[in-house]
Amino acid sequence: MAEHIERLRFAEWEGGVSPFAVGSKKLGMWLFIVSDSLTFSGLLVGYSYVRIASERWPMPFEFWPTTVMATLMTFCLLSSSLTMALAVRASSLGDRSRTVRFILLTMLGGILFILLHAKEWAGLIAEGVRMWENPWGVPLFGASFFTLTGLHMLHVASGVIYLGVIALGVSRGRFTHEDVEISGLYWHFVDLVWMFIFPLVYLLSVKMP
Amino acid sequence: METTHAGHAGMGPKLYYLTWVWLLTLTAIEVTLAYFHLPVGLMLFLLMGLSIVKAALIMAHFMHLRFERLSLVVTLIPAMVLCIALLAVFFPDGVRAFRLAVR
Repeated sequence: MAEHIERLRFAEWEGGVSPFAVGSKKLGMWLFIVSDSLTFSGLLVGYSYVRIASERWPMPFEFWPTTVMATLMTFCLLSSSLTMALAVRASSLGDRSRTVRFILLTMLGGILFILLHAKEWAGLIAEGVRMWENPWGVPLFGASFFTLTGLHMLHVASGVIYLGVIALGVSRGRFTHEDVEISGLYWHFVDLVWMFIFPLVYLLSVKMP
Repeated sequence: METTHAGHAGMGPKLYYLTWVWLLTLTAIEVTLAYFHLPVGLMLFLLMGLSIVKAALIMAHFMHLRFERLSLVVTLIPAMVLCIALLAVFFPDGVRAFRLAVR
């Protein structure tokens, strides 16, 4: 009997105590990530649909400032993912102060991303881009641009708040390693989504010199 | 595939730094590529290919999926990829307007 239970514990498909070998909170975050990636996919497919259904989709992004800024934003997000991975590692080693420091660095990357993005939005709005119109024709350009990047920015902003709560909790010794790891999963996911928005929305709409 | 919290083999900071360098390199390639005069289909193929590699790097190393049990990976990823692929069913409708005699 004991042997049977032991076998089930480590069997991959026969149920057992923990078939995925992760805690329920971590599995929950993974399921959220799957559903959220479908939300973003839906938006990206919607954007691609209206783009191929339009005769002349605007390609207005200048090398300076838009491409440079968007590349810098990508750098901020990728670097913040690195510091988040290092935070999770520090927390697995039980080093609380290093964990908090790395989480704060991650938040800094996220905040820089938001500031650069806001500056870029302000530039486009000054050029006359709105949800319903823009100087280059196809009104859906503005709608799809602001919806996609806006939803992503909302994710970054809520991620910064989430990480702030985790950092505060870790410094007070309230959260476990698993909580840090789960917040890391969310943060890396936000980074991952940007890896698709950046080429599809920005790089495919650059103004050729 | 068994996981414990501290110390997966090969999960040191070196792997994270290396992943970060690769992600930055691939991003630089993408940005450079965007300024090549390529047919849009080829451009889309190359950019999406590179992005999928980047996504895989993030999931495997930063999100530790490479070090999780295989049952978790095969439960989450193939279904998600299938659902996303199914969304492509709408694309033929996107070009329908161009095929109509009257616009």
